Amino acid sequence: MTTMKTLPIGDCVWEIPPSEKPGMLVPARIYASETLLARMDEGVFEQVTNVACLPGIVRAALCMPDGHWGYGFPIGGVAAFRADTGVISPGGIGFDINCGMRVLRTNLTEAEVRPKLTELVDALFDAVPSGVGSKGFVRLSSDQFVEVMCDGARWCLQHGYGWPEDLDATEGGGCLPGADPGQVSERAVSRGRDQLGTLGSGNHYLEVQVVPPDGIHDPRAAKAFGIERPGQILVMLHCGSRGFGHQIGTDYLRRFDQAMRGYGITVRDRELACAPFRSPEGQAYFGAMTAAANAAFANRQLMTHRVREVMGRVFGKDPRDLGLGVIYDVCHNTAKLERHTVDGASLELVVHRKGATRGGAHDVPRAGQAQGLGRGADQADGRTRDRRPCRVEIGRRRGGGLRLQGPGRGRGRRAPPRHLSQGCLAHPDRKHQGLRPIDGLSAIEDGVGAGGPLQAETVARI
Amino acid sequence: VGRHEFLEAVAVADCAVEIEGDDLDDLFTTAARVVAEVMVDPTTVRATTERRVELTAPSLDLLLYDWLSELIYVKDSEQLVFPVVEARVSAGSPCRLSARLVGGPIDRATTALRSDPKAVTFHQFVLEPRAHGWRARVVIDI
Repeated sequence: MTTMKTLPIGDCVWEIPPSEKPGMLVPARIYASETLLARMDEGVFEQVTNVACLPGIVRAALCMPDGHWGYGFPIGGVAAFRADTGVISPGGIGFDINCGMRVLRTNLTEAEVRPKLTELVDALFDAVPSGVGSKGFVRLSSDQFVEVMCDGARWCLQHGYGWPEDLDATEGGGCLPGADPGQVSERAVSRGRDQLGTLGSGNHYLEVQVVPPDGIHDPRAAKAFGIERPGQILVMLHCGSRGFGHQIGTDYLRRFDQAMRGYGITVRDRELACAPFRSPEGQAYFGAMTAAANAAFANRQLMTHRVREVMGRVFGKDPRDLGLGVIYDVCHNTAKLERHTVDGASLELVVHRKGATRGGAHDVPRAGQAQGLGRGADQADGRTRDRRPCRVEIGRRRGGGLRLQGPGRGRGRRAPPRHLSQGCLAHPDRKHQGLRPIDGLSAIEDGVGAGGPLQAETVARI
Repeated sequence: VGRHEFLEAVAVADCAVEIEGDDLDDLFTTAARVVAEVMVDPTTVRATTERRVELTAPSLDLLLYDWLSELIYVKDSEQLVFPVVEARVSAGSPCRLSARLVGGPIDRATTALRSDPKAVTFHQFVLEPRAHGWRARVVIDI
């Protein structure tokens, strides 16, 4: 909690006025229930109000219900800056550019999987490397890696690592516009080129998950996403652009730290180093950051390919017969150039989302299966056709009070390598078995409650 | 030999560490050893590779940032870690580091792996002189 003046301005919307900190250009707004607000660490309030001081910010610095402290922005932080007069900041995106979530459905049931769980997890562990020093199965030339930077997941499909419909379920079709490989350092390339198809470490994971007995909330909408019954097995990935994105973040944080002086910009936190979006430095970072975002889409697509190979082999079926389709793939560490109406004016904005996902827009994934549903979902993480937010709720921790987007920073990442975690399916031989507090967007439900302005309709719980 | 302490209260999820050295050489050397220890159990790395690193930066704190970032970069680009470090640092314009590193490849069969750092952050980043030596605080994003 905080000593700052935090005023309720709506149902589960709190505002910290600009008078609370010198330099704030706009208010800070936090979306949370009173309970969630009280649980938020002091860093959230400091950081979201620091963001409100950045040049060109529009309307407010925002924090989502599962906000927690990060580097520069809080995790769960969202801020839009005017493209013509505002800034771009690596601290609003994070080192792991286009870290994101992907969920695959299957036709398998828990009863079918459990007897082969050891074999399955061991095979996944071998096929999707994780941890320090891991390399992926794809070897790329420099020219091919440039293609990945520009084409993202599309490159994977062109080379046989995916199904055409995967792109329909992926934010932006698996490729964001504006990538500029010429702004990517050789160091970033050499650091990340061999890591495509690897999971990483920290809070990243690959989980085999199961829909619990009470997990289907709206059978019709859930079916539209391919989630049809309790006991159904799904696979979830959480990872990003690996060392490639980490190096781009490092390169430009360092560069902006020096460049700010030339633009007369001062920031309250060095992790908020930034440059005018239209400056040479700002444009260079945007091009490099987008290249990393596309590499992240390719990374998740390649892992999807490996998961399909493994499950096909372990269960002796073609992956298509196993129904291993992508339910959705969404980013939560990006900056995008978007046009929004602000106070009646159409503005081009650089929207930073850190640990936050865009919903309800044209470029979030569509679930083709949803066609024909009267009130069903037409977007995997967007809105129902009557404009209510809609999502598939992932990985609720049973019996626990905490529901976070990822484990956040509330617990250690410096544990021994966690290998594979398996959601609801415990593995007899590996550590870190059992349930993880990995909970997608479910903090919204917990924090806002029925009838709140952010109430999202849960169609299924995994 | 410098001293270090992990600061769980600062960053329980990542790696916040406070480092003290009798002088700049000691501090930069100790900081590099800490980064190696965060990534692997140093006793499980075969010392087969020697490397020299030369860096310059406009200030001492940026030199420390670049130095630790270099070690993370080499971990990913060459799969090398260096538990044995001898660093020489001089303040000036620019500030300079000259280091000798001894270590070896990350062998996933024999090296005890720990965490996989993403980056050195500027979060609470400090390098400052003290009455008897130097002190730094570094937070590494895991």
